[in-house]
Amino acid sequence: MTIVFAVLILGVIAIIFGLILAFAAKVFEVEVDPRLPQIQSALAVANCGGCGYPGCAGCAEAILAGKAPVTACAPAGADGAAKIAAILGVDAAAGEKMVSHVICNGGDDCVKRFDYVGTPSCLAATKVAAGPTGCQYGCLGFGECVKACVFDAIHINAKGVAEVDKEKCTNCGACREACPRHIIVEAPYKQKVFVNCNNRDKGPQVTKVCAYSCIACGMCERTCKKGAIHVVNNVAVIDYAKCVNCGLCAKACPKNAIEPIPTPEEKERFKAAQKAAAERAAAAAAGTTV
Amino acid sequence: MQVTRLLAISLGAILTNNFIFAQFLGICPFLGVSKKSDTAIGMGLAVTFVMGIASAITYAVNLILVKLGLEFMQTVAFILVIAALVQFIEMFLKKSMPALYTALGIYLPLITTNCAVLGVALLNVQNEYNFIASVVYGVTGGLGFLLAIYLFATVRERTEFSDYPKSFEGFPIALITSGLLALAFMGFSGLEVWPM
Repeated sequence: MTIVFAVLILGVIAIIFGLILAFAAKVFEVEVDPRLPQIQSALAVANCGGCGYPGCAGCAEAILAGKAPVTACAPAGADGAAKIAAILGVDAAAGEKMVSHVICNGGDDCVKRFDYVGTPSCLAATKVAAGPTGCQYGCLGFGECVKACVFDAIHINAKGVAEVDKEKCTNCGACREACPRHIIVEAPYKQKVFVNCNNRDKGPQVTKVCAYSCIACGMCERTCKKGAIHVVNNVAVIDYAKCVNCGLCAKACPKNAIEPIPTPEEKERFKAAQKAAAERAAAAAAGTTV
Repeated sequence: MQVTRLLAISLGAILTNNFIFAQFLGICPFLGVSKKSDTAIGMGLAVTFVMGIASAITYAVNLILVKLGLEFMQTVAFILVIAALVQFIEMFLKKSMPALYTALGIYLPLITTNCAVLGVALLNVQNEYNFIASVVYGVTGGLGFLLAIYLFATVRERTEFSDYPKSFEGFPIALITSGLLALAFMGFSGLEVWPM
């Protein structure tokens, strides 16, 4: 009997409160834009903070309010942006997929000025007499960026330089902010040719500290047929919009500072071809003048 | 007589037997929503409101339960009442005070599981308070919570800017602070209103 009463009384209380709540839900109804949860589900929902808004919910609200572009969520990529654009009924100005890239290939070959034995942190290391590396622009290899990455997309490679895993990278930008030397840059996913050097010192100084550094000789600039690579502040910089990834500059580079690094045979062949072309041009020029 | 007794109950609820510092109930929102003093006040008021109403309604529910000899159902029934109440307040706040609603965030539905609210309902029964005493105990208990969370939030706002070891950052220093505040409130123990 008690059981029956217990169930009954609880049931009755529950029904009464249920009715009151149902009624209150109608009275205090707040209209939420149905697009908000849709946008939120199109985001990466990693709460990485790369967009600058407090979490994915904040980003979704900003996108809905028109304060942020549909491409605000880098980890969601072009797919996410297209989905959000479809929800909002606007054109996705979908840029191409971008990833982070480390522009240094010194690593273990970088001349060390002293042995650093302090806290294994890049930022801390840069505070001790401007860092242990002879190159003031290169990767320190303590993995500040590795710690910053929530997507497990950046690691210190065998050479002791940070390297981005293109497939995992979502371009959230956490590593770019974490790097005290700012040698991680944004590059298109499709890009294959990179100048892996950021040293802005003059050639002779650079040569002393790194075997693979850009010495600003300008060979790449002269080789490039598209005008896509230029020496700026003593370091070659590729204009990703013009670059067609032919790799001629990499073969021309005397210091192997441009990725993909050519094999010695490739280099020989390239040199021979250049020489032959130069001879032909000289012969042609001689022919016309005579 | 009645007034003195109510005064004694209030004094106990706010100072000597403060829900947070003496009975250690409702610690979750106390630690969670005390980063800024204005949201702390909002939370304190919301809890006060829920505790007051919950005391009144659970008093009525308890009468029914006692009549049917179902005292063992108190906890379950009270939780049901509190959950419904909190739902109601959530709807109300969402409509009329959206700023406070977003500021309280996840902690608003968590009032449901705030043991201070369930505690006040059960303590009312345990102490055999009548209706008025129950409501007074509920409201003043909530005010005690408000006082505690506001004091704590103001201290926490200051600790944000002070220099302490890195390992104490965030919750550790908050817990130490609340421990010290609880110690300070121990000073009120023994304070009594003499029944005249």
